[in-house]
Amino acid sequence: MPILNVENLTKTFGGLTAVSGVNLTLESGELVGLIGPNGAGKTTVFNLLTGVYHPTRGSVTLDRGHGAVSLVGKKPYNICKEGVARTFQNIRLFRSLTVLDNVRIAMHQNVRYGIAGGLFHMGSYKKEEQALLEKAQSLLSMLGLAEKSDELAANLSYGEQRHLEIARALATDPALLLLDEPAAGMNPAETAQLTSFIAQIRRDFGLTILLIEHDMSLVMTICERIYVLDYGTVIAAGTPGEIKTDKRVIEAYLGEDMGNA
Amino acid sequence: MKKRKNLPLIITLAVTYVAVWALQATGIVNDYSFAVIVTIGINIILATSLNLVTGFTGQFSLGHAGFMSIGAYTCALITQKNPTIPGFLLGVAAGATAAALVGVLVGLPTLRLRGDYLAIATLGMAEIIRVVFLNLEITNGAAGLSFLPQFVNWNWLFLFTAGTLVLLRNFLNSSPGRACISVREDEIAAESMGVNTTKYKVTAFSMGAFFAGVAGALYTSYFFFIKPDLFNFNKSIDILVIVVLGGMGSLSGSVIAAVLLQLISTWLAAFPEVRMVLYAAMLVAIMLFRPQGLLGSTEVSAVISRRLSKIGRRAKEEEV
Repeated sequence: MPILNVENLTKTFGGLTAVSGVNLTLESGELVGLIGPNGAGKTTVFNLLTGVYHPTRGSVTLDRGHGAVSLVGKKPYNICKEGVARTFQNIRLFRSLTVLDNVRIAMHQNVRYGIAGGLFHMGSYKKEEQALLEKAQSLLSMLGLAEKSDELAANLSYGEQRHLEIARALATDPALLLLDEPAAGMNPAETAQLTSFIAQIRRDFGLTILLIEHDMSLVMTICERIYVLDYGTVIAAGTPGEIKTDKRVIEAYLGEDMGNA
Repeated sequence: MKKRKNLPLIITLAVTYVAVWALQATGIVNDYSFAVIVTIGINIILATSLNLVTGFTGQFSLGHAGFMSIGAYTCALITQKNPTIPGFLLGVAAGATAAALVGVLVGLPTLRLRGDYLAIATLGMAEIIRVVFLNLEITNGAAGLSFLPQFVNWNWLFLFTAGTLVLLRNFLNSSPGRACISVREDEIAAESMGVNTTKYKVTAFSMGAFFAGVAGALYTSYFFFIKPDLFNFNKSIDILVIVVLGGMGSLSGSVIAAVLLQLISTWLAAFPEVRMVLYAAMLVAIMLFRPQGLLGSTEVSAVISRRLSKIGRRAKEEEV
């Protein structure tokens, strides 16, 4: 059963068509890659799926098993509530806040006490804050960030910041996780570690994952299917094996890399 | 754990209350120095509430004096008709609520703007409010309202100032408060993590307006004379100076800066010719040597506990 169904997704900026007629389907539990040369429109697709941009045409529907919900026209925070979380290509952490607060803010949508509860620390404030703290701490220890929980996000190493971005996305309790170049700027050892980390969170959290990546070792190792985007259109889709031998893909993008892949 | 976290604040508030009460009872604090204390209290409310908007939520506002004037005039009009303690309390409540409502009305359209654009829009809003008071018959135009009943004594001043501090501190230590801070940190990321950024911007803005309204009502009920010119652009800047000097995103910084600046300007009153020059030179010096403000974005309690844990660690190392 597909959890995400994207049909004829199109986005134009003035005269420029950044994304044109893109169709994507993600089965529940799948790990799918979205690759393509620089400027192919990959991040634009993410921004369309998460409501940062509104599509010019096309439909995006999410189905978590209780009926399909259209994501078109929804605000980013509502799409997050529907169960879609993301990370950013250029890390966007809450830099001057602690690791713990980064995660707690992402858990904000499940807090039921309101502004009055916050002002007077009454009602369910104490119980919910305690539960929030425990939930955040257990998530951080699952992801190996427990020791850093009081550290400011800005003081983490680059690799740790990438991990925290994923942790923060997981804190929103998503069904679908969109990772935008999680291995960017990492060395091969760090990439290998990230690869197993992604596999682990997918198992532990029962996630469906769509990831943008330039690092072919990561994409070819863990993705079950791959979509290739070029000039805003999907030029190929299939298993890593099929993609490796697809003529159009080689022409557009993988040509040089294939020799050593 | 929870109790211990609140203890330093409670002790500080209690000591302050008793100290001023004792000084006033023994006559060391006379009417003139009490007026300074009232100004400090009002400035603390104004600065911490603006800090909520500008320092914590990251929305640059230059219109705080406008909200203060709404509180001041609303309270004045009510206590003129009903010069009793219940009338005063009603005036404070109505003034604060009116300011908060205007905050929502102004915030909804203007908070789409960012940075300098928002600053200009809030500046314009405050000017509109001032001109409205200048031209209304009921507010007596440029001459303002005078001989208003005086209610504010140390008890009331302490109650409202400490109350503002405790409520703002509570709010910032709650999930909605953290959502406000996330807007300052990264609006796009916050929105993607499920934070309705518009809602929290408007919340912070109108909450800031609410407390500015309280400050205005207290001003009316102590200085018993108000006119539109008191709440002009300069007043907004004065409040912003306290916030920036104390540290954007530090409540205790705003409190310390409000006290310090008022004491300095009171002391400088003895040298009227050079007063503003010295005051301005001092601001420039502080900004040069401490651009992040006196406390940056940390609180006094955090600084002290960090120092203590450092001393503790050193003591342990010496034992080894």
